[in-house]
Amino acid sequence: MSIDKPVVKPGKPWASTPKERAIDLGAILLAAFGSFALVALSELKGKLAYAGVFLLLIIVINFIHNYLSRGIASAKDSIASSFAVAGVLITLLPITSILFAVFERGKAGLKPNLFTTDMKLNGPNDPIDQGGLLHALTGSGIMVGIALIISLPIGILTAIYLTEIKGLFTRPIRFLVQAMSGVPSIVAGLFILSAIVFPITKTPSGLMGGLALAILMIPTIARTSEEVLLLIPEDLREAGIALGGTQWRTISQIVVPAAKSGLITAIILGVARVAGETAPLVLVSGGGDALNLDPTSGPMGSFPFYIWKAFTFGTNESIDRAWAGILVLLILVFILFFATRLVGADRNKK
Amino acid sequence: MSNSEAQDPLDKGNEKMETTTPSSLSSVAANAAAKRKPGSGALGVGLEARGIHAWFGDKMVLKDISLDFWSGTVTALIGPSGCGKSTFIRTLNRMHEFIPGAAMAGDVLLNGKDIYESGTDVTKIRLKVGMVFQKPNPFPSMTIADNVLAGLKLAQLKVQNKDDLLEECLVRAGLWAEVKDRLSAYGGSLSGGQQQRLCIARSLAVRPEILLMDEPCSALDPGSTLKIEETISELSSTMTIIIVTHNMQQAARVSDYTGFFLSDGGPGELIEVGPTSEIFSRPKDVRTENYVTGRFG
Ligand SMILES: Nc1ncnc2c1ncn2[C@@H]1O[C@H](COP(=O)(O)OP(=O)(O)O)[C@@H](O)[C@H]1O
Ligand SMILES: [Mg+2]
Repeated sequence: MSIDKPVVKPGKPWASTPKERAIDLGAILLAAFGSFALVALSELKGKLAYAGVFLLLIIVINFIHNYLSRGIASAKDSIASSFAVAGVLITLLPITSILFAVFERGKAGLKPNLFTTDMKLNGPNDPIDQGGLLHALTGSGIMVGIALIISLPIGILTAIYLTEIKGLFTRPIRFLVQAMSGVPSIVAGLFILSAIVFPITKTPSGLMGGLALAILMIPTIARTSEEVLLLIPEDLREAGIALGGTQWRTISQIVVPAAKSGLITAIILGVARVAGETAPLVLVSGGGDALNLDPTSGPMGSFPFYIWKAFTFGTNESIDRAWAGILVLLILVFILFFATRLVGADRNKK
Repeated sequence: MSNSEAQDPLDKGNEKMETTTPSSLSSVAANAAAKRKPGSGALGVGLEARGIHAWFGDKMVLKDISLDFWSGTVTALIGPSGCGKSTFIRTLNRMHEFIPGAAMAGDVLLNGKDIYESGTDVTKIRLKVGMVFQKPNPFPSMTIADNVLAGLKLAQLKVQNKDDLLEECLVRAGLWAEVKDRLSAYGGSLSGGQQQRLCIARSLAVRPEILLMDEPCSALDPGSTLKIEETISELSSTMTIIIVTHNMQQAARVSDYTGFFLSDGGPGELIEVGPTSEIFSRPKDVRTENYVTGRFG
């Protein structure tokens, strides 16, 4: 007996057939050819012209193809999705070219000594294998850390006040937070300078830098956290209260944990807001070239300051140095971003 | 609804009287038969609502509701949407005051003591009067086990053996068999019906005397609804249950008493209350009859 049951294999009947893929490829080739032809025949010039013409042609070809094969509704749909894709590409273009440029120009300076020494004994136009940015690395870390220690509780507690406790001062505080998030960073620096450095400490220090960054960080964390807490359904608060929880325990054990991944995003945004701030640090942290791990006394270096100083020198070596600094800063921000994403990954998502 | 269907709750009620704590339940029946007038003096046990009025802002949504819930009974509250059933049961565990702009008047006596008396610890009241909401709302950041025990942490209660309590609550909520191998999975990974039973288990963990259920099955499929009704029947031997429902059959199946609420555009009022079989077979008020027979609402 050989009535073999046909083996059923999982398939994707909705996937595009080889013919459809060939047509897609043809459209791309046609658009590429068209863009070369148009650029050659017309006044248009440069890479951007190629890219622009190519995008336009792809959209038109897709539209015509969809119109002929599936009708006007499908053709309109293809226009909308083409524009969405074009939007993504236009957004990605500058980002990737920045990343590419930073990597290309920064990798020359990426030597081990970069992470083990400071610039105490070297000028920016010394050879790239002398001196380093250890002082900037530690300085930025310490100052952003100080800012975070101050801003995290204040920012999140402010958000909790605005969304959960909703007291008499909700409106004025929300207004103030919004106004503060628009404050130019130099104003934060000037404020610390005139409120603390001139009258009290007399000298710049890492702590002052951290305070200035905190002024910039608090509104970012508070506003983002507020948005996140507002998304938590009222049901959960009611369930916590109905189980005999006090308001505070309901907030701390249910609302905040439910908002955890969003609150982590708020923190990332806060750090990202200040990590590259130059102006306030130039004013109040003194911008040292030597390794200084003590935030309470003496000037403290930072990435933005290091990069700014190296660029202003203008020699080949110093510019290499600046690019290396940018590359390291970028890598650090990425590491931070992915690490916090991992920690805060929503465990409910499977 | 036909007469034979309406007999069901009565039969069920009789059955129960034979199988569970007969003395208390037959005294309940005797009380009901006596048609005690609510407000004629503290009963001293169970939950008594006296002259409850409720407002949202300037709008009065409940007018003079007096209703007694004897220990160990299941009371169904029925009535069209917007007549104030949810508002009423939320006055019973002081969740009403959680809504900004809410106001109320009247007394709610729990075992003879007014829960609105000044100086009352409101969190203790909510421990004794638990609540299950219309939409299942397990805590998303917690596992199934943590969800069940969440009330202990929230109210800072100590228990001897958490594992025993966990199992007991899940068994009583009729969920143990389905989740015993995945207690550390997240609550959100359960189906809607399972989530609702998880929420029931969560309410049971703090050992309430009274359980308020606000349309607990309205978001669920018929199978899950049936399971929850079984759970209610199980629980009713040890606690007082007040359930709001839009499902007449459900009211008939699970409850000993039924109260009918109605609002004619103004505040909601209690039209009629009595043993479930009577409300469904020979209601005194024509409006109740119209509603339970499906002629309006
Ligand atoms: N949070 C609220 N704010 C203002 N009015 C409300 C609120 N909740 C309910 N109401 C009003 O109170 C009345 C009773 O509502 P509710 O108790 O939810 O009725 P039911 O549960 O019987 O459907 C309705 O008219 C409703 O519009
Ligand atoms: Mg309701």
